[in-house]
Amino acid sequence: MSAPRIEVLRAGLLDTVQDLGRPGWRALGLGLAGAMDPWSLEVANRLVGNPPGAAGLEITLAGPRLRLRRAARIALTGAPIEALIDGAALPAWRPLEAPAGCTLEFGACRHGARSYLAVDGGLALEPVLGSRATDLRAALGGLDGRALHSGDLLPLTPSRLRAEAIRASAWWIDPGHDLDLSRTAVARFVPQHALADALCRRPWRVSATSNRQGLRLQGSALAAEAGGDGVSEPVAPGVVQLPPDGQPIVLMAEAQTVGGYPRLGYVAQADLPRIAQLRPGEHLHFEPVSAERAVALLRAQRAGLARMALAIDARLRSMGHAPGS
Amino acid sequence: MSPHVVQLSDTALLLRVGDRIDAALNAQVHALATRLREALPAGIEDLVPGYASLAVFLDSRAVAEGLLHPRDVSGWLEWNLAQLDTAVAAPAPRTVEIPVCYGGTHGPDLDPLAAELGLSAAEVIERHGAGDYRVALLGFAPGFPYLLGLDPALAAPRLATPRARVPAGSVGIGGAQTGIYPREGPGGWRLIGRTPLRLFDPRRDPPALIAPGDALRFVPIESARFAELDRTR
Repeated sequence: MSAPRIEVLRAGLLDTVQDLGRPGWRALGLGLAGAMDPWSLEVANRLVGNPPGAAGLEITLAGPRLRLRRAARIALTGAPIEALIDGAALPAWRPLEAPAGCTLEFGACRHGARSYLAVDGGLALEPVLGSRATDLRAALGGLDGRALHSGDLLPLTPSRLRAEAIRASAWWIDPGHDLDLSRTAVARFVPQHALADALCRRPWRVSATSNRQGLRLQGSALAAEAGGDGVSEPVAPGVVQLPPDGQPIVLMAEAQTVGGYPRLGYVAQADLPRIAQLRPGEHLHFEPVSAERAVALLRAQRAGLARMALAIDARLRSMGHAPGS
Repeated sequence: MSPHVVQLSDTALLLRVGDRIDAALNAQVHALATRLREALPAGIEDLVPGYASLAVFLDSRAVAEGLLHPRDVSGWLEWNLAQLDTAVAAPAPRTVEIPVCYGGTHGPDLDPLAAELGLSAAEVIERHGAGDYRVALLGFAPGFPYLLGLDPALAAPRLATPRARVPAGSVGIGGAQTGIYPREGPGGWRLIGRTPLRLFDPRRDPPALIAPGDALRFVPIESARFAELDRTR
């Protein structure tokens, strides 16, 4: 029997191994990284019976072709994407069991920008400083700190799962309420600067130069203050910075740890998964909320996820094949 | 500006003690970080110094589950800040020595920089190596130190066109700052030398050679010593 792995037959545009990030090293200049849409990664993990922070695959805009080298329970979440398993449609937002040797073929994301693939047991790469997340800027974590290449092998944990044929569950999770990609994205925003009001009144478009570090926005320029190139101070994902060209940047999962640009405020953490799904050219609006309200949104999102996790666990148990059984 | 606490995100706070680059303000930041670290409550993930600010990152899951509220941490920070004036002086910082091979292939900008500043190459090395530097913060890249204490006579503008590839360990001057590139990459600083030490290695404990608040000295070495240290690192 061959080692339990996933073989990358053809790499996608930007496939990276991600978990919920690498806290604890920011004082040394190493940021959090982790999934851009951690909500979708966590749901994918729950669907295969993993802990929420297990490592999965983040697929960006167009996906890879993969071969499972062991029987696996998998789940696909995040952006809706063209996906086939051995030539048949691969349904998302539900657990699916597949025998060893199956081929997963991903095309383009239909809406949104990032899809997540979880595998039972998680992608078993060696953690770096406590996390398996790929930090592309620091070039560490995941698979040698880089995106997947064709020919790569991703190690899996051994599993006693038996799967004679491809079998998807009849039930699924409806993400519509939590991750609605059909409507224009609204980022609830805590204003902290005189220009924040103008930021909230103007429409913004996502630039093609955006990446895991930040969403670069384009629109009618905000008047950046003279001498605004300030003293470097710590920053965090969600912070909206204003460089001298007046085009704001929303810092995302792979944000640097310090920055010198003026800060206009921050996006509520609960809305980061939604704006992580924005594609170049799509629009974004900011809606002012209080700091208190932003924390309340985060708590409500977590409570919803906890309820969902309980429901999923009950379903997995009733299917009679929880991991390891 | 009087010290105050603002929110950096739903799960992080920023305590500002000032709004300029100033050794005394930065020393206050490190004294505060040391004090907070001595009795760190559960649920604090990171304390991150800036030049004149200190960020406190909370465990975002604890905030989301209602176990921790940024408001409570804000009160704790303000209390500690108030105590700082009466606290005993912070312990003397650790001094890290960085061996540097100046000039030649390791520091291709040394001679033109010296000519521009009206100094000899030996004088630039002498002044750069004589500095008492303080690591104000780490950032930009893992292990990259922002240093205070460059001799103002050595300040020089950056290159008009940045280099596409600066070797790891290169020591440069950019404006009124001096620093060390932790790894190979593009860069616009004037390169005067190079250290064989690895500034950041995730397999090492601790992974960064330098910590925020450290004192730092550059020690000139010959190219033979550079080659020897480079082999054994």
